[in-house]
Amino acid sequence: MENTDRLGLSVNASNHLRVKWPEIFSKATYIFVIIAILGISYFPAEIYRWPMIFTDAANMADYLSDFLKPNFGDLKLYVIKMFETITIATWGTFLSIVFGIPFALLSSNNIAPKWIVQPIRRLMDATRAINELVFAILFVAAVGLGPFAGTMAVFVHNTGIISKLFSESVEAVDMRPVEGIRSTGAGYIHEIIYGVIPQVMPLWSSFSLYRLETNIRSATVLGIVGAGGIGFTFYESFRAFKYSEAAAIIIVVVVTVSITDMISCQLRKKLI
Amino acid sequence: MSIIKVTDINKSFKKGKLVLKNINLDIEEGEIVGLIGPSGSGKSTLLRILGGFEVIDSSSSGKIEILRHITQKNGKKTTSCRHSHQYIGVIFQQFNLVGRLKLLTNVLMGRLGKIPSWRGTLGFFPKEDKMKALAALERVDMIDYAFQRASTLSGGQQQRGAIARVLAQESKIILADEPIASLDPASSDRVMNHLVNINRTDNTTIIVSLHQFEVARTRCKRIVALKDGEIIYDGSPENISRNDLINLYGVESADALYA
Repeated sequence: MENTDRLGLSVNASNHLRVKWPEIFSKATYIFVIIAILGISYFPAEIYRWPMIFTDAANMADYLSDFLKPNFGDLKLYVIKMFETITIATWGTFLSIVFGIPFALLSSNNIAPKWIVQPIRRLMDATRAINELVFAILFVAAVGLGPFAGTMAVFVHNTGIISKLFSESVEAVDMRPVEGIRSTGAGYIHEIIYGVIPQVMPLWSSFSLYRLETNIRSATVLGIVGAGGIGFTFYESFRAFKYSEAAAIIIVVVVTVSITDMISCQLRKKLI
Repeated sequence: MSIIKVTDINKSFKKGKLVLKNINLDIEEGEIVGLIGPSGSGKSTLLRILGGFEVIDSSSSGKIEILRHITQKNGKKTTSCRHSHQYIGVIFQQFNLVGRLKLLTNVLMGRLGKIPSWRGTLGFFPKEDKMKALAALERVDMIDYAFQRASTLSGGQQQRGAIARVLAQESKIILADEPIASLDPASSDRVMNHLVNINRTDNTTIIVSLHQFEVARTRCKRIVALKDGEIIYDGSPENISRNDLINLYGVESADALYA
């Protein structure tokens, strides 16, 4: 036996038992950084006002008492407006898929050259970085109040997201079948249609459904800036202190969103 | 007439580390050539260069001629390179079929280089091309699986499907990169039978890289042995010496093979 210590382990094995200071130090650093970030944000985010949740509980109770008596008198209007919201999300998602696919392919490193990928990606970053609500304000100014402005807002913002999600799955494809198609003398476009698209199709469909689901959720607020849908109805009731009507609208939204989530979830399970 | 002519080519992936050193190779139409050598000897790289998937290092004399067209020189692909895909069929170790597409569609891919681009793009394959694809499947005994997804087939079946794709391509040259390395012995036999048969009946030139010297010796009329990126033997299987085999595979395996 060569060098063993008192536990009978070889020198090499007992090295693993040693306290590893660099590792402990780096873990401590992570924790310290997180605490520092939270500390810096404490005052700007006005977290110091947390006791007001309890001191002003009476206001809350006021609200709640009205909200607890939802008034479904205008249910027909709410359903129509909710339907409008769904149509905004549907068309917005559809257009963003149609335009998102070419952008996705152009921003995939294994498909397009770097000098195309980088600018397209930055452009898509920009559309993602700007919230739908901001786009909605811009489009209301450009095309006027109503659902069309909302649809455009969903479309532009979502194109960036679709292109990122889709291009990530394109970059993860197995390139061997693509090479197999190239070996037959097929053109570049054929490599994409027959080599790439069949591989990403399940993921793309699943992402599209997921985005539709998300867009229905986010389209419910677009009405607040006048871009159509149920958000406007909600905002009106709220500003008129008609809390029981506002509560009814919230319930309609919650029920609709839950149903679409469930349907989309079931469909997505089938796809993957 | 030499169908493939390789002159003085070098290839390196990392600077200064040559994977192929000064390769010269002349292959006649209708030959069936077994490319042997240990792992990492450069077999796959040579085939990938011939197939137009890799580019040779730039040097003044290095060039590749296929069917009298220069496809690579000065370390660049020429304009004939993309075109050369049309008459070079490639068979890969991992089959490289598109798993989610039907086998027939995979075989139809072999026609993509021959039909107008818009037809391929929209998937409108002319009837005679579909007939050719079906005939190719029949030839490799895979016609019963034409409408199954490629991913549902076994390795041997997929490789025969890949051979059908090459047949549908009506290629003059087949490059097979370790086509039987991931198959069981029975499937390997069938695949090799098909390749030899295509070589005999269609006069298709075939270069096949193989791990097993035995297979190369019995199936190929000519053997090219690579070691560390250099050709150490080029000739008929009978004339390869015990020393060559020791050089390739080491003493023990060479003795077993030479018995």
